[in-house]
Amino acid sequence: MSKLIASAAIRGAKGLVAQAEELIEKAIAEKGKDFVFEFPDTAYYLPMIYAMTGFPVKTVGDMKAALGFAKELLHDEPEDNLWKPYLGEALDSGMATLFAEEIILAIKYIYGLEPFKDPDTGYVYNGFITDTIQRNLGIQLVDGTMPGFAAIIGAAPTDDIAVNICRELQEKNILTFLSGQSNGDSVTKQLQRKGIELGWDTRIVPLGPDTEHTLYALDWAIRASLIFGGKKAGDFKEHLKYQKDRVFAFALALGPLDDIKWTTGAGAINMGFPAICDTDVPVIHPTGVCIYEEVDKEFDHAKIVQKAIEVRGLKIIVEKPPIPVAYGPAFEGERIRKEDMFIEFGGQRTPAFEWARMRELEEVEDGKITIVGTNWQERYEQGGQMPLGIVIDVAGRKMQKDFESIIERKVHHNINEGQGLWHMGQRDVNWIRISKAAKGSGVTLEDIGIIQATMVKHRFKSIVDKVQVTLYTDEADVNRLRDEARAAYKERDHRLGALTDDAVDTFYSCLLCQSFAPAHVCVITPERLGLCGAYNWLDGKAAYEIDPTGGNQPVPKGELLDPKFGRYTGVDDYLKKASGGAVETLNLYTIMENPMTSCGCFECIVAIIPEANGVMIVNRGATMMTPIGMKFSTLAGTVGGGAQTPGFMGIGVNFITSKKFLSGDGGVKRIVWMPKALKERIAEDFKRNAEDAGIPDLLDKIADETICEDSEKLLEYLSSVGHPALEMDPMI
Amino acid sequence: MDKHIKSANEAAEKIVEWGEEHKIETCFERAEKMKPCPIGASGACCKVCHMGPCRLVGKNAETEARGVCGATLPTVAARNMVRMIAAGTACHGDHGRDMVFTLLAVANGETKDFQIKDVRKLYRIAGILDIEFEGRPVNDVAKDVATKLLEDYGRQRGEVNFIKRAPKKTQERWKKWGITPRGIDREIAEAMDRTTIGMDADPDSLLTQGLRAALANGWGGSMISTEVTDILFGTPMPIKAEASLGIFKENEVNLVIHGHEPSLAETIVDVASEPEMIVYAQSKGAKGINIGGLCCTANEVLMRRGIPTAGGFTNQELAIMTGLVEAMVVDVQCIMPAIVETSKKFHTKVITTSEKAKIPGATHISFDEHKAREIAKEIIKIAVDNFANRKKEGSHVTEKYPVIAGFSHEYIEYMQGGRWRASFRPLNDAIMAGRIRGVVGVVGCDNPRVPATGTHKFLAMELIKNDVLVITTGCGSQACGIAGYLTPEMALDHAGPGLREVCEAIGIPPVLHLGACVDNTRILTIASAMAGEGGLSDEIGGMPAVGIAPEWMSEKAIAIGCYFAASGVPVIFGGESPVGSSEEVTRIMTDVWFERFKGAMHFEPDPEKILELTLDYIDKARAALKLKKYEPGKFGAERVLMDMAARREIERAAKPHIGL
Repeated sequence: MSKLIASAAIRGAKGLVAQAEELIEKAIAEKGKDFVFEFPDTAYYLPMIYAMTGFPVKTVGDMKAALGFAKELLHDEPEDNLWKPYLGEALDSGMATLFAEEIILAIKYIYGLEPFKDPDTGYVYNGFITDTIQRNLGIQLVDGTMPGFAAIIGAAPTDDIAVNICRELQEKNILTFLSGQSNGDSVTKQLQRKGIELGWDTRIVPLGPDTEHTLYALDWAIRASLIFGGKKAGDFKEHLKYQKDRVFAFALALGPLDDIKWTTGAGAINMGFPAICDTDVPVIHPTGVCIYEEVDKEFDHAKIVQKAIEVRGLKIIVEKPPIPVAYGPAFEGERIRKEDMFIEFGGQRTPAFEWARMRELEEVEDGKITIVGTNWQERYEQGGQMPLGIVIDVAGRKMQKDFESIIERKVHHNINEGQGLWHMGQRDVNWIRISKAAKGSGVTLEDIGIIQATMVKHRFKSIVDKVQVTLYTDEADVNRLRDEARAAYKERDHRLGALTDDAVDTFYSCLLCQSFAPAHVCVITPERLGLCGAYNWLDGKAAYEIDPTGGNQPVPKGELLDPKFGRYTGVDDYLKKASGGAVETLNLYTIMENPMTSCGCFECIVAIIPEANGVMIVNRGATMMTPIGMKFSTLAGTVGGGAQTPGFMGIGVNFITSKKFLSGDGGVKRIVWMPKALKERIAEDFKRNAEDAGIPDLLDKIADETICEDSEKLLEYLSSVGHPALEMDPMI
Repeated sequence: MDKHIKSANEAAEKIVEWGEEHKIETCFERAEKMKPCPIGASGACCKVCHMGPCRLVGKNAETEARGVCGATLPTVAARNMVRMIAAGTACHGDHGRDMVFTLLAVANGETKDFQIKDVRKLYRIAGILDIEFEGRPVNDVAKDVATKLLEDYGRQRGEVNFIKRAPKKTQERWKKWGITPRGIDREIAEAMDRTTIGMDADPDSLLTQGLRAALANGWGGSMISTEVTDILFGTPMPIKAEASLGIFKENEVNLVIHGHEPSLAETIVDVASEPEMIVYAQSKGAKGINIGGLCCTANEVLMRRGIPTAGGFTNQELAIMTGLVEAMVVDVQCIMPAIVETSKKFHTKVITTSEKAKIPGATHISFDEHKAREIAKEIIKIAVDNFANRKKEGSHVTEKYPVIAGFSHEYIEYMQGGRWRASFRPLNDAIMAGRIRGVVGVVGCDNPRVPATGTHKFLAMELIKNDVLVITTGCGSQACGIAGYLTPEMALDHAGPGLREVCEAIGIPPVLHLGACVDNTRILTIASAMAGEGGLSDEIGGMPAVGIAPEWMSEKAIAIGCYFAASGVPVIFGGESPVGSSEEVTRIMTDVWFERFKGAMHFEPDPEKILELTLDYIDKARAALKLKKYEPGKFGAERVLMDMAARREIERAAKPHIGL
């Protein structure tokens, strides 16, 4: 019965709080109470404690204070007979456990014991998950490609079962965290023994060998409500509601459970995350703390993943092409090293290209896969290298020429999501590999075509009625058709270049993030792509055609109220409605007044530097200090959650090179600082803008971290190079 | 011939039998001798003026009988009902008033004998009353709270403060039908005014004022009492204690606190445990001082202090008949004058303490909150000094049961999710999924006219078997406590499969003790919170919930029943109807009230029929709410699996939270 769980949770919490206290005392004695600590790359201190209590733990002394909150949550175990109620007390204990575990792991970081390194294999676990990873995953969290999260604690009965469970989670696109042990073994070790690739690329992330390491997954979850949800630190009710409603996480407890597993589980149940166990444990079925059951069991490992998904109330729709290997975004990150490779195409080794083209309905035979080439089967069976031209002919009543590029861009994902298939590049600079393992499983050349035909129809249903794929394998054919394709690419680029905000009468919204950031609305215009970098105007348009009630909606521009700042009546009307009244009005081309809001997964942050009369831009993943005295992670904490913050804005990288970039504020001439890597990334396109602005060497006048990381030196540099921002009208 | 059972409680029955052998008369015997006057019992007797009393009886009395003034039977029956409501409301109102005065005395620093034990609760109530509390001295806040609550008594226009805690829709019904109470005293006065000779003769109009007075009780006097008592003495949390007449100790001084108010009782509990008093008791040959409760004073100190209880109303004479009680201290309400006479047959001293409730023959020591400790000491000393006078004579029963009590609104919310996730979601979910069929309050008095406490026991047991969560207060909770029903093991042994799952998940008994009869207001705020939580009804009316007072006898019970009916809860009272003589009044109190407020007040003497009617109300409410049809053992919510599009809709679908 659940009393056993409550007792274990209450006991476990007491033990962990005592352990944390001991560690704190030791750390205070050895390092001093003012010893400063922060987890790597986070703006949220000890995130669980911060979100729940609002208390920012910055030093070891602060940890002691924070442990005081945990102590208040401890209770007596229920008695054998005539017990007093225990559910609330057990949940309190679970939260105390999370606080204690967070402190324990923090102190282990201080002593260099985290992330944990396996002394036998040398394998380094992930440890704490950074803000950057979280923001990088942003768009996947919301577009359905990463619908849920599993934390597997313990070990499966056999290595094969461990592999099967993780493969099933991968195929369902679920991100899996591993921690804890059972009987001295763990799923991490089981997968390693089976040679399974682990890490973020394959969506199987070992956090650490102990149950306590599960806290890293919960710390990751709680930051979703801080970053994307815009929930205030200390507003625990809102955070926990957000977690329950929007973060579709669950635990699989494999093997026997001890007090620490139960009490960590009780902590997770506070967040609405249920646990499914493969042993004969007491169950808690009544709902309300979690959306459905809190604790359930399933002895059949072939069913345990499905059970967990249902108990968490998660709907997963997976479209898998009929190919002999597993398929899903979790396989996208796999690498195929040369020695594992069976055959490759393109990559400057052989001529190759991929091309999606619109055809009339009668010109396309749906589902037809044709392979053209002499002895192509034999050549494929030999392995090595082969030329490959992929021509995807699509037809549909709602198909438009503009959608070709969107469909074509998905070729990358279509191939990459196959297990043992790998793709990079695009158009005529693509590169495809098939691994020996995939070949061994029976992957044929035809499967490349099958994947495209299936996935194009799946992803673009309602636009695409028919798809046929032709693969060319003779060099002459490939070269000939590549020339045709190149002409088409060029024409496409030209048309895209002519696509300006002024030339269209409709913008598109992107509400995909509302599953995580309910108040945020992206307005995507031809010259301003979504701040995540993943959606441009054409994507929005196509997505609307595909699903007229979906996450991308047309926004009629309406009347232009302010040409300089880019304010439109239609946009304002739409925003008021779509943001639930949170945003009243929007200026598209300025950062200073009613700028665009952010969900949290922006590629870059633009921030005003008043003393320089300009702005700096810092990209996600950059870890250096910036001239405004905040790193990206800290800065990001002030921008997300759907709030308008004048002077601060999240953007997609490509917006920097748009003609509309802060055009109301003076455009690219305002940029005074960018990380060097970002400068290099955008250099080519930026030059054009700089030339148009009459300052061809503008990029050189923009400072970076190799020049300065503080505002004083920045000003010196700007004066020395004569940066135009200094001479412009004051921004404020 | 079958033996005539007086009390359905074994220990009580033993004492009654012992008393019969020793020729000691109790209420049970008197109830047998004194048959109720059939005219008065059914509401047909009018004695509001001296032209009467008039008996409105005979063939076709409903339409043809007239009093001297011409009053019809419906008029008379309605008047009698409204007067009962007014009396009950006056009782609870005065109780609340005393509590507020104590709070004010504390806030003003006039007494050192009481403190504000629950500052969080004070702040919560201050928040509800729109009183600023952050950064202010506690006593200043307390003074403002007390002053603002006192205004509820004398207010002439506007509405009672706590009315706004009810769901909006419930408040709208009250406004629509004109029963939002203005001031507590004003509604009582008007109820008395309207029912005098030559005033309101329209039964519906009379009963409407009755409801307004009743609401002044539930959302006024009683609620004030509950909240202020929590502020002063702490909001109850689960606590283990013992119940039944076997709680008295042979070798200790037994002091019984009986009545309804907690102030003196709390002080006695404090003082009795002080070394000085224990040493004093030992000097008189006793091992210590054992405090036991009776009636609702018992509930107050049981809920907060774990003080054992000897039971409810019908146990008061029996407690003395154990022969073990050195003193019985009484405050207000439900004190049988008979105890003084009974006490004379033993060594027991009866001490009255309220200026409002004196009994000839008793020792009177007037309680004053300004010198509570001094008075408590004096009383304890009387009890201790009397220990030497204890005789062998007495029934000396030993039966007692453990109880888990202490379920306040706040704790019930907490127990469903802990400090971080406290809510009513799990309860609402359990009702929606059919684990819990409904919630029923089995409350009110115990009554010697039936095997006392028997109907409570029958209903509580049958309801939990039917997956109904039972909440109980007042002597109802005493009836359950002395029967051993207030234990978590009850769920494992007797609850239906769904209720059992919920009880096991949380660790609760299937029958929850919410406090004294004045604390029925906890049910009002819980029902409001359930409405706010969503998924069931968005007002109190329409919930799969029923109130039952199976053995009621006090006018307070009538007032309580009426405030529940007006708030939207169908209520069923046991025994013959006090308005049974009039079809019209009966119709108004059932059909008309149900149509207007979704509540009703039935009178039904047959316990089986009470059960049937209760389950019928619950199942109909479930059907109206389109909840899963209740089937024992078959429950569980249909899972709504969420894809990304559904998740984006969450915010838009979310209902605004209606706070308390």
